[in-house]
Amino acid sequence: MKHYLSPLATSLKPSGIRKFFDLASTMEDVISLGVGEPDFATPWVMRETAIFSLEQGQTMYTSNAGLIDLRRELSKYMAKSLGLNYSPENELLITVGASEAVDLAMRALIVPGDGVLIPDPSYVAYAGCALMAGADIHYVPLRAEHDFRLQVDDLQLAYTPNCKVLVLSYPNNPTGAIMTREELLPIARFASENDLIVVSDEIYSDLTYGGTHTPFATLPYMKNRTLHVSGFSKAYAMTGWRIGYVAGHPDFIQVMTRIHQYTIMCAPIMAQIAALEGLKAGDSAKKEMILEYDRRRRLLVNGFREMGLSCFEPLGAFYVFPDITATGLRSEEFAEQLIKEEKVAVVPGTAFGPAGEGHIRCSYAYSTQQLLEALERISRFVKKRLS
Amino acid sequence: MLSQEDRRLLYILSQDCRLTPEELSIQTGLTPEYINKKIKQWEKDKVIVKYGLLINYEQLEEDRVTALIDVKVLSQRGQGYDKIAQRFQKFPEIKSVYLMSGDFDLCLVVEGKNMHEIAQFVSDKLSPLDLIATTSTRFILRRYKQDGIEFHGEEEGPKRLMITP
Repeated sequence: MKHYLSPLATSLKPSGIRKFFDLASTMEDVISLGVGEPDFATPWVMRETAIFSLEQGQTMYTSNAGLIDLRRELSKYMAKSLGLNYSPENELLITVGASEAVDLAMRALIVPGDGVLIPDPSYVAYAGCALMAGADIHYVPLRAEHDFRLQVDDLQLAYTPNCKVLVLSYPNNPTGAIMTREELLPIARFASENDLIVVSDEIYSDLTYGGTHTPFATLPYMKNRTLHVSGFSKAYAMTGWRIGYVAGHPDFIQVMTRIHQYTIMCAPIMAQIAALEGLKAGDSAKKEMILEYDRRRRLLVNGFREMGLSCFEPLGAFYVFPDITATGLRSEEFAEQLIKEEKVAVVPGTAFGPAGEGHIRCSYAYSTQQLLEALERISRFVKKRLS
Repeated sequence: MLSQEDRRLLYILSQDCRLTPEELSIQTGLTPEYINKKIKQWEKDKVIVKYGLLINYEQLEEDRVTALIDVKVLSQRGQGYDKIAQRFQKFPEIKSVYLMSGDFDLCLVVEGKNMHEIAQFVSDKLSPLDLIATTSTRFILRRYKQDGIEFHGEEEGPKRLMITP
């Protein structure tokens, strides 16, 4: 039946993490540091509100753009916490996770053959969404020597005149890197000079440690050029609810809302209601989680450094991205041997793009006991390779 | 007033008091010297009163009963509740003493091997005390959660996928 399929759809490669997922699923007593989602449940205050709303029979469609109350509250939150001013009426769209927002952005912006600049390594969905929109992908390497911060020189090398979109993702998955305002300014200038629209996935914006997050749209002249993508999955531990949003110029949001209207209709109402409660009353629970992540982050970074592996200090998200080249293994070999020998699952850096070679991604969205046990096992594994 | 760092340090210590200053340093970013000094100070100031264990005796299948005993006290001019509360403190069977709002004045947490032992304690030791008007004893039948720890949660929480992007 394969000949019925669209060549574009079949050109999508299976995700590089699938192999490890299959391997880990067949084994027992595996400690996994491979999960890109919080280990906390959604704060009870939000779950309880959603349960109550179901009891009250709030089970209908919402407006395509999402509940106006949620958009209003979101608009207030963005102004207060991020310094971003978007109208709840026509500059905000509630989506089914940030992933849908990325997909909508690509479909709204890309004419087949348009170039999309995507950092490498990066979250796996960007390239997939861009490809399905018919884009020509230009990878821009993020380098360990720059702590995985995007450099204009690398952008310049990857750029061709057909490029229309730049994807940014800070705080970053898989590296945990952040970029400061000063570091982002040259990127903003580059976007202006080359007339690029920036799809900035800032889903981890609340999860920074020891520094404040700079939303790309707050940089000079960037608001109209930026689609600010984010969601509730990470900061409010809501991954399974599938609730995200995108903010941008009304012309963009109008067209994205139309695509969303025909494909999704609206984000699930119970998720919207829970998210609204999170914005109103979930702040302290969110702060508690952030403090706990910070503690685990320090634990994991220190653990890898003590093993003799180089590990730059990630200041955002919940990942560390240690350099494993000292072991003489490639990323995939490391991950595969580690799970077989010590039953610890990590994700090879190459699952996020070729520039991830020499690194593994470890999530610290786990309890400290689990992290300590995992570190002990990885340390035993690494010791054998270093000696 | 506690600084944010100190509050955090105290919280982490309250979750696991076995952590060494070096381990606490890794998890907080504070220096081991600072942590050491701070803990010594807290111990001296009785901010840290005791390093505790939370034991689930049900798992040991050991006989142990806890009762909450509400006590109404006959007021005595010029004495408040301190005198009688201090008297209660001396009984080893009484684990905690609280001054309460509401219908009763004091609440005592009493532990014993079984209900009979506690009943005996109430009738032999507490009731005869001057100043006690009435008592009301309630036994704890099952401990679901204590000090933030769930004792009878689901065996396994919802499962996350092993690996996700």
